[in-house]
Amino acid sequence: METLMLLGDEALAQGALDAGISGFYAYPGTPSTEIVEYAQVSKQAKDNNVHTNWSSNEKTAMESAIGMSYAGKRAMVTMKHVGLNVSADPFMNSAFTGANGGLIVTVADDPSMHSSQNEQDSRFYGKFAMIPILEPSNQQECYDMAFWGFELSEKYRVPVLLRLTTRLSHSRSGVKRRNPLPQNSLNKPDDLFQFMLLPAIARKKYKHLIALQEKFVEESVKSPYNIFDLDGKDNSLGIICTGLAYNYLREVYKGEPVPYPVIKISQYPLPRKQITQLYDMCESILVLEEGMPLVEELITGLKHKGAKPVKGRLDGTVDRDGELNPNKVARALGLKDTYGKDLPEVMVPRPPALCMGCPHTDSFKALTMALEPYGRGHVFSDIGCYTLGFMPPHNAINSCVDMGASITMAKGAADAGLFPSVAVIGDSTFNHSGMTGLADCVYENTNVVIVILDNRTTGMTGGQDYTVFGKLEEICKGLGVHPDHIRTFVPLPKNYDEMVKIYQEEIAYEGVSVIIPVRECVQTLKKKNKKEAAK
Amino acid sequence: MKKDIILAGVGGQGILTIAAILGNAAISRGWYLKQAEVHGMSQRGGDVQSHLRLSEKPIWSDLIPLGQADMILSVEPLEALRYLPYLSNDGWIITNKTPFKNISNYPDIEAIYKEITSYEKHVLIDGDEIAKEINSPRSMNVVILGAAIDKIGFSQQEIEEAIRTTFAAKGDKIVEANILALQAGMKAK
Repeated sequence: METLMLLGDEALAQGALDAGISGFYAYPGTPSTEIVEYAQVSKQAKDNNVHTNWSSNEKTAMESAIGMSYAGKRAMVTMKHVGLNVSADPFMNSAFTGANGGLIVTVADDPSMHSSQNEQDSRFYGKFAMIPILEPSNQQECYDMAFWGFELSEKYRVPVLLRLTTRLSHSRSGVKRRNPLPQNSLNKPDDLFQFMLLPAIARKKYKHLIALQEKFVEESVKSPYNIFDLDGKDNSLGIICTGLAYNYLREVYKGEPVPYPVIKISQYPLPRKQITQLYDMCESILVLEEGMPLVEELITGLKHKGAKPVKGRLDGTVDRDGELNPNKVARALGLKDTYGKDLPEVMVPRPPALCMGCPHTDSFKALTMALEPYGRGHVFSDIGCYTLGFMPPHNAINSCVDMGASITMAKGAADAGLFPSVAVIGDSTFNHSGMTGLADCVYENTNVVIVILDNRTTGMTGGQDYTVFGKLEEICKGLGVHPDHIRTFVPLPKNYDEMVKIYQEEIAYEGVSVIIPVRECVQTLKKKNKKEAAK
Repeated sequence: MKKDIILAGVGGQGILTIAAILGNAAISRGWYLKQAEVHGMSQRGGDVQSHLRLSEKPIWSDLIPLGQADMILSVEPLEALRYLPYLSNDGWIITNKTPFKNISNYPDIEAIYKEITSYEKHVLIDGDEIAKEINSPRSMNVVILGAAIDKIGFSQQEIEEAIRTTFAAKGDKIVEANILALQAGMKAK
């Protein structure tokens, strides 16, 4: 078969397509977005009627994927790490229901927070849910593990967590394809109690999941994706690498054999047999893992008397936070580190910024003016391009916590007596998690001003559409906001005075106000114009 | 043989196109390739970089280790300096001269040039101006690539072929404009 040059994300999507997937479900989130974007433009996906549309959020995506699995077909839900927090409820319970058609939950972590509000390691979720975890180390494994994950999922009727990290998601390399498999046919579960988590059934399900644990360990012990390179080595040190960390280890030895015994983990739970063997044969252990010290904690245990030294992120051999790189691994091994030249004095940072002509800039400028009499600290915001409104010269917002938190935090602060209490949220973020918060405000007629910045797209992740496009005003009305206090304007410099006035009037109104500035994102507009011109 | 190249610029300046062209040239040779890109928040006018690794032998790390890059290839002069910790002792700095000023504290441009020219192995050319001269202002990135290909070790013919592959879907006009840009960049040094 042909070789393709693919990002890790794309390799996984192509693998899933070739492995007979029937549906991808997702809400965009860096670094996971390109998985579904790849499928959305794939002719193969279209020809085979594979579901690739975006979902409203990660929870709805997860539940839809579980539903597709119920119907006997192979499904994958994809998200960034914080998306798994949003969908944690169906995720945890899916371990109890198990799968019918193969079900892969793909989560792309972002260590070093290149484009995220926190750093968390989704392997803990996999362990928490007691399901197998796959952690590919390169693009080819991303492709192959789609096949492997679906097989494993169907063999044990259990969802499988597949964990990516930024450097693999967004790095390109050659990937060899296999012959594509057909999709599963529609096939309801044999046991119609399978997805019925009433306590009496759920208790049995839990015992079943517990009983599967040893089988999962056996799978890891013989997994072709775990590498056990143990013989004929210098036993003063044993190295355990997970996922991508293995590449950095091989890099620092220039691709030559590593002098110490090495285990590479790409499938969990940990292969206890070989890990024990490594521990017994070596004087000390070094754990190299991308993310939090999950494996290291398991091996360190109680540090009882006579325990062998375990080195890694916990003892400071490797930095506790941030992503790994070849230099960190070289230092952990006491090898000669390399470094170019220090940055010259003339260097200054160039942080991301709102684009030239961005509608948010105009919306923020007028809002800041309207709030001037009250001093700073009144604006709760959210996750999206507009979070950059924090940066100078805008200095326009005061919080960024999680998707939808702007509205509910503004509510809590208003409940506490803060006036004015303003929420600034994007249209797609409102779609994702804003509506329920607005319902809370309407229920109590809380004195808040909610600004929904409608740039007609999901901007920060590159311009994806969303499910309630064009319906924001109707939704606010439907949720009970008084029509007189749903205001819209076009955020342009020429409308500045009108914008300030609308903000002032709604701040003065005691109750729930929604202001919707509507102007398309300059990036999606540019793309659209280019496409038009090409016609 | 291997070539580790840090591609640098500001979001939207076209460094991924350079990566695609070099990638296609490497594939034609039957070489291995890894290319780490920046997506997401940083693309919003912030600094962006791509680690491009080309090699006859399999490549392990997606990231180039600090101090081991053979070249910094930049479409913006300040951004060329941002990755100095990655540059090996005998590495090249090849960069565009035209600053992209989207920050209020952009440093004195002469100080930036002075820093760049303090490296013996440097090429500093006005890619924007050259691209304008050949009536192809959007091809600045390929002009800069043109100034680098002999240092990377590719022939003109190989890169022209790679340009044809990379831009095939965009039509002959775009292909020819980029080949002209490549040639102008090669002559510019």
